[in-house]
Amino acid sequence: MQKLGEFKLPPFFNYPPYFTLQPVRETREKQVQLWKDLILDFCRNQKIFVISLEEDFHLFSNPSIERSLSHEAKVVFLSALVTNGRAEWMDKGHKKCLILWMRIQDWADYILRFVRENGLEDGVMTVEDIRSGFETRGTELAGIDRGVLMRALKLLEQKGKAVIFKGSSADDEGVKFSA
Amino acid sequence: MTSIPRLPTAPLTTSCRPVFFSGEVERYFLPGVDLEFDGSDRPTLLLPFQSSLLVLTSHRLVFIDEASASAREISLCAIIHAFPLKKSMSIRSMFASPRVRLQVSISNDGTISEKGTKSSVITLVMRGKNTDPDVFYGKFMEVLRSREWELTASANQGSTGLEGSSSGSGVNDLRITMPVVGVSGILRKEQEIWESTDKNLQDAFQDLNALMSKAKEMVQLAEKMRQKLLTTGSNSQGSSNDEEMGSKQDMQDWLLSVGIVSPVTKETAGALYHQQLSRQLADFVKIPLEKAGGMITLVDVYCLFNRARGTELISPEDLLQACALWEKFDVPVMMRKFDSGVKVIQNKSHSDDEVFARISSLAQKPDTLRKGISPSDAAFTLGIAPALAKEHLLSAESRGLLCRDVSAEGLRFYINLFNEIDSANIYTTTKVVGAESHWSELVYVA
Repeated sequence: MQKLGEFKLPPFFNYPPYFTLQPVRETREKQVQLWKDLILDFCRNQKIFVISLEEDFHLFSNPSIERSLSHEAKVVFLSALVTNGRAEWMDKGHKKCLILWMRIQDWADYILRFVRENGLEDGVMTVEDIRSGFETRGTELAGIDRGVLMRALKLLEQKGKAVIFKGSSADDEGVKFSA
Repeated sequence: MTSIPRLPTAPLTTSCRPVFFSGEVERYFLPGVDLEFDGSDRPTLLLPFQSSLLVLTSHRLVFIDEASASAREISLCAIIHAFPLKKSMSIRSMFASPRVRLQVSISNDGTISEKGTKSSVITLVMRGKNTDPDVFYGKFMEVLRSREWELTASANQGSTGLEGSSSGSGVNDLRITMPVVGVSGILRKEQEIWESTDKNLQDAFQDLNALMSKAKEMVQLAEKMRQKLLTTGSNSQGSSNDEEMGSKQDMQDWLLSVGIVSPVTKETAGALYHQQLSRQLADFVKIPLEKAGGMITLVDVYCLFNRARGTELISPEDLLQACALWEKFDVPVMMRKFDSGVKVIQNKSHSDDEVFARISSLAQKPDTLRKGISPSDAAFTLGIAPALAKEHLLSAESRGLLCRDVSAEGLRFYINLFNEIDSANIYTTTKVVGAESHWSELVYVA
């Protein structure tokens, strides 16, 4: 099976019409659905949080069949993700897109579960620890986008499950979780 | 008391136009005509329908009833005498329908035909609005005087002597017959024939009216030239005219399209111009439709139709109106507009589904599965014009049968596999049913 990095590409990735934005409504809907799922799967697998339309994104082209998505097509598919709440435009010009292959709420739940499973309540962790520390290695949290993490933590804070505070060192923040 | 005369039936085409004899040309149309016979106390109607469309041709009077798609005829040779129009200025005559009385010969079984033993007087009643009896009468007398049916008769009796030369006019009579001595005699004979042909051409083109009457001769001439083209090699007999003929292919194409001897003109049909044009177009378009596989663009029809008419060309608006009128008549063809704006003419019996089935099966062949179909591929395989092939592919796309692929190679179409892809099993290549597995197996070389 064809791969992109460690990611296994589905068979229809080699179907040339897949890379042409279909004009017929029904066909287009099916095509958009496939691309949405593919983008989310790929980003989850590769831990990609941001897609920049100004740079090449490997998923958007298939050199073996000499096809790649037009700019218009990329915007259509990403906008569909935004509409579904699985992505957000980071700028007004729609050049950068934040991909939420896990929703913020899901991240919050995941963090809470992680904290409970590892007995880290009442403990303090720096944000950076969560992102790249020893404890989170091998979990989804490793390498998480800082912005996404902060939003998830803020959500927990609103629910009273965590408290964010400025740390002793100048740059980093810390989090105290409560049970 | 004389019995009521009967008229023989006249054959019609599927568009309710008369089937013409070879050499017969239409001269005038008159709507709203009745035919009466002054027998006993009251006039009797001679036609089984009322208010017919009268077509005056060089050979006949044809009475057409479009509602029942039937017609009757009176051969002009059966008319012994046409009475002059009454020119009374009484109030009654101003509001009455104009009438033309004819003395016709009747055969023993009561039908109006030539060389009958009896005769009767019948009356043509013009009940149509805005008809000018004087114009009709003038044309009618002109046609009676020229007696063109006799020319056809004599030509058909077989012209002996000169090879293929059957122009039929009086020109040949004046030719001096010279003794045929060897090659020079033959050459001289040929020369004479070409001179008379040349004179004919000059006479014809000087006057469009004369051209109309010479139209039959022109068609015969064209036929003769075509025969010559087919047989001529490096013959000296034909070489004197090779320059005039130009390229052989052009000539043949032109000759093949000279098929319409009597174009419907505004003059002959008056207010009925568009209707008759519409019907003539429906008749004409049958053969090109068949050659093109059942569908032909309006642009192509415009070119072919005008080329066949030769003179009295129709404008694009005339063509559009003529096609639009088809909805009102019962003709076997129709105009159709595609989403892209392309207008075509197709047989009513043409089925889109059948074309889609052919396209579908074409799209699922092994190499088209991999590479798709371009409009020119489809045109070649389906045997239709590329512009039409593209229309069909686009229609199939909008039906969900195909989907498009735009690349550096242009626009191509593939069989639509989006519906076959099951979101739950997108990684499965072992699906046995449907086209997707075929395509995957072929394309996917790990």
